[in-house]
Amino acid sequence: MTALPAVQWLDLFLHFASLSILAIGGAITTAPDMQRYLVVERGWISHEQFSSSIALSQAAPGPNILFVALLGWNIGLGAAGVPPGTAATTWQAYALALGGVAVTMSGIMLPSTALTFVASRWGHRNRELRAVRAFKQGMAPIVIALLAATGWLLAANNKGDEHHLALWAVSAVSCLLVWKTRLHLLWMLAAGAIAGWMGWI
Amino acid sequence: MPDTPTPPHSAPEAAPARPAPRSKSELFFAFSILALQGFGGVLAVVQRELVDKRKWLTAEEFVEDWAVAQILPGPNVVNLSLMLGDRYFGWRGALAGVAGMLCFPTVVVLLIAALFAGVADVPQVQGALRGMGAVAAGLIVAAGLRLTPALRSNTMGLWACWALIAATFVAVALVRLPLAWLLLLIGLPACLWAYHCLGRIRPSATTPDKERP
Repeated sequence: MTALPAVQWLDLFLHFASLSILAIGGAITTAPDMQRYLVVERGWISHEQFSSSIALSQAAPGPNILFVALLGWNIGLGAAGVPPGTAATTWQAYALALGGVAVTMSGIMLPSTALTFVASRWGHRNRELRAVRAFKQGMAPIVIALLAATGWLLAANNKGDEHHLALWAVSAVSCLLVWKTRLHLLWMLAAGAIAGWMGWI
Repeated sequence: MPDTPTPPHSAPEAAPARPAPRSKSELFFAFSILALQGFGGVLAVVQRELVDKRKWLTAEEFVEDWAVAQILPGPNVVNLSLMLGDRYFGWRGALAGVAGMLCFPTVVVLLIAALFAGVADVPQVQGALRGMGAVAAGLIVAAGLRLTPALRSNTMGLWACWALIAATFVAVALVRLPLAWLLLLIGLPACLWAYHCLGRIRPSATTPDKERP
């Protein structure tokens, strides 16, 4: 891969900016389109780089949106001519990788945060309006159910896994512990990580 | 809508001082700490940290703000940090909130990518990811369960709320309905019903944030 011309960086920015507005429920909902654009259509990163960006962002602490930063990182490395799966060796490669992060992250964040800023300000100013209150009251049970459903879907992700019963048990126990006790969440996450690392689950 | 510590007109009279960030840097670091605990997604941590621990929001306020953060595009935890930051300290606070949510986690994830290229493919690491994912799934369900008391003051009544919870859960977890369809088929009727309910009673009697102890 050769260095991307400026017009392609602009194309990348605009593509992510348009996905930003569509990303209701989080940027991960637009991941299939990103994959199509970056891997299939443009060939800027490999399929493996795409998957491991998502996996790594889930391993690291922080919002899952950071997989977009990793995509930008990999695009930048590719533009610097670094082969997929290897570390960068030159300062120029690191600079391009950071540039990629800046382009993808600003693209995915700017439009949605600008909209949220304006819309939530309007909502707060008009919080006594019957329509605004109706929206919040009506959405309350749905929002709670969405959290439960998200957790359920994450737990159900392991269906094909040989340890899937153990994984369900881990999810159920950690749910009960958080619901009923004050145990610190990091202890539970650490216990899950160790059990997985050792191959128990 | 939740009242906030900053605008004096919205605080109920003689209310006890509510915990709130005292400065933009406190807000920044609070969201940084929150985000850095979020292995497997910040969603699992945000309710525990903001409602249970720091008590910046009651369960009712959290559910209301979360509804807004969820329906707007963008990562919902980032949206929430932006909304809270804006309410406490204006646009600078919004920036501090978003920066707190993203700065350190971005540095961490890029360091991992730069130093350990291919680390996510090691079998032990994948095992650890699976284990943390299973725990995080339980944590997110629990966050939902811990918010159900917020429905006690809901204008639609408890029965309607539980029916909506059941319908939403089936639609999303079992039928896998996309969010846009869920909002149209269940969200819109729910909001219309809430609108109707709010009209039946005198508005002052139904505003939950005026009844806070």
